[in-house]
Amino acid sequence: MEVTLNWFLSLSAVLFAIGVLGVLFRRNAIVVFMSVELMLNSVNLTLVALSQSMGDPDGQILVFFVIAVAAAEAAVGLAIVIAIFRSKVTVDTTEINLFRH
Amino acid sequence: MAAQLLFFFLATVAVAAALGMLLSRSPVNSALWLVLNFFCIAGLYIILSATFIGVIQVLVYAGAIMVLFLFVIMLLNLEAPPKLSGVNWTSVAGFLVGMALLSQLVYAIAAGFNMTPVAIASSETVQTGDAAFLAESLFTRYALPLEIMALLLLAATVGAVMLAKRRFE
Repeated sequence: MEVTLNWFLSLSAVLFAIGVLGVLFRRNAIVVFMSVELMLNSVNLTLVALSQSMGDPDGQILVFFVIAVAAAEAAVGLAIVIAIFRSKVTVDTTEINLFRH
Repeated sequence: MAAQLLFFFLATVAVAAALGMLLSRSPVNSALWLVLNFFCIAGLYIILSATFIGVIQVLVYAGAIMVLFLFVIMLLNLEAPPKLSGVNWTSVAGFLVGMALLSQLVYAIAAGFNMTPVAIASSETVQTGDAAFLAESLFTRYALPLEIMALLLLAATVGAVMLAKRRFE
């Protein structure tokens, strides 16, 4: 019995669900960002597993681009968190309600 | 057999670390659990013989991105939030939505379980995860997306500096 594709897909489904729960549950904006990174990682795992099982390198090149975009997203997102913290002195997502009327 | 045991070990630690990130109250603890999770996923990439992506995962995710997160958490000096009193309806709804999503995903994967399982850790897949093999198509077929990616990273760096800069009065 060898390591099969379905195990990797199941593992990434579980990790993705944990990431979704983190986005829905946590109120700290930084932890919400970390949950988004976890979801990106689980999708990357799916892409690499499928790419290796099909012998096609295109999936791994997509993962390379996803990692680069995630780095850019983390930098800009954390800069926004810092800018919000400067004006509101909180990172609680329930208290950041600038657009609510 | 060794790869199988290693897979189950890494998968268990990855899920446990993800749950630790979800449940720990201090953001620093969450970030450290997430670093452990990223290292496990890097190990899984190595099992898949995708060595290049595994090394990139450790360097960029566990190294650069998580250091950025820890840096911001410590810069903002966040303390652990007070414990939630009781169960409110938003957390119940969130739990239900998350569980519905998980059951959907597991159902979709289980529908494929009666197909013949595809073995991955075989010897002929070794070269498709190689850095030289990936670089060949990265610098020929995907050269334009690579350049656009460089521009995007530059724009993100400039944007992050502009956003986080203290406003001049």
